[in-house]
Amino acid sequence: MSTGKLIGEANQKAVSKIISARPRLVDIKPAIEAIPGMKKDLVLHAGPPITWDRMCGSFRGAIVGALMYENLAKNMEEAERLIKNQEILLQPCHDHHAVGSMAGITTASMPVFVIQNEEYGNYAYSNIREERVKALRYGFYGEETTKNLKWVERTLAPALKAAIKESGGIDMRSLIAKALHMGDDGHNENTASTVLFATYIMPSLLRTGYDKDVIYEVASWLAYDERFSSTAVFAACKASLDPAHNIENCTLVTTMCRNGTDFGIRVSCLGDEWFTAPSPMVDALYFPGFTKDDASLDMGDSCVTETAGIGAFVMAAAPSMIQFVGGTVSDAINYTKEMHEITEGRNVNYTIPYLDFVGAPVGIDLVKVVKTGTTPVINTSIAHKEAGIGQIGAGMTKVPLECFQKALEATVRKMNL
Amino acid sequence: MHVINIGLELFAETLANQNVNVLHVEWKPPAGGDNKMMELLSKLEEL
Repeated sequence: MSTGKLIGEANQKAVSKIISARPRLVDIKPAIEAIPGMKKDLVLHAGPPITWDRMCGSFRGAIVGALMYENLAKNMEEAERLIKNQEILLQPCHDHHAVGSMAGITTASMPVFVIQNEEYGNYAYSNIREERVKALRYGFYGEETTKNLKWVERTLAPALKAAIKESGGIDMRSLIAKALHMGDDGHNENTASTVLFATYIMPSLLRTGYDKDVIYEVASWLAYDERFSSTAVFAACKASLDPAHNIENCTLVTTMCRNGTDFGIRVSCLGDEWFTAPSPMVDALYFPGFTKDDASLDMGDSCVTETAGIGAFVMAAAPSMIQFVGGTVSDAINYTKEMHEITEGRNVNYTIPYLDFVGAPVGIDLVKVVKTGTTPVINTSIAHKEAGIGQIGAGMTKVPLECFQKALEATVRKMNL
Repeated sequence: MHVINIGLELFAETLANQNVNVLHVEWKPPAGGDNKMMELLSKLEEL
């Protein structure tokens, strides 16, 4: 069979696996119990592998915050020493079937969403959003950040875990599909999915037997954090993509992520090899008082949404969020149409009302990206480049073409062409 | 006269301004004309 046909068949097989995925939220567990290979001296982070020396300030800050939360370090200096002496190890979330928002820092005691892909039996994980103010994921560390993380660990997570168990779990594919029809994109707009999550979980939460003050705290939290469900959506996307990884001759991209320094992709037929390029600066709307000079480069595993064919790929479903990231409603529609040019299929399970319920563009094909020069679009939040300042804006960016060019060369080598 | 224009849109616009019936086809060379990438693509796209 010709190379082109081999690739075509492999890509069809992979995209069918992504579309037929049935991600379900089945549990919340401490990372050390849930995530394969998790250890007390291991810090998982967003993006491709990176050393301490190459990290931006906010990325380092989040690691320090996590080590303080785990009682492994008291300050930045101690954290740096532990990491440089390799007493604490750093690895990408993606190497452990996990994803993390912004810096994506995940350590042993942190509770994580456990998502099972019921169609293929694989699992994926993501940490749970804590307080928006002084949030670890944006590079905060210190007493208040630790207190917020402890509240998630000791109050929020146990109650939600009990409610999930009582409910029998939440069908994330159904939740995401409905949310796209209600104005979400799944990446930066998750108001609808959070409302749906709260609606599904509330009756079960009331039946857990928890004290009414705890239930009030948890319910209030779901009302307060309109993006609470986002990391469960990210893990659902990860669970949907993993079965499409490691398929011979498949040129579909199964991982896209960034660590504030590098952008990295992985390709199905190329296993766990990373193809990286400098992470891009985001074309952004900044909060008052901040400019692009304050911004870190693009950061986070959250573009697992675009990799799975939602996020900016379905911006036409979420026109209201264009006010958050900049541009016009026409831009939102064009983003979706443009992504159809570089994808293998249309996801019948995730449809876009405004475009006559066309399926979301899914299965980014490395060959199509290099051939057209059109690279995947991402909507994203922006952290300050220094630790301890937080989110300073949001905007749009594109994956560097260089990642795909490097992967194309490796694909040709791998196929001995 | 009916014209099909491929590539640079400016040519199509110029003709249209002179009331010529013109159909513009958006086209650009594969991989933006990068020879190395075009060679790699041709190996993968062999049918």
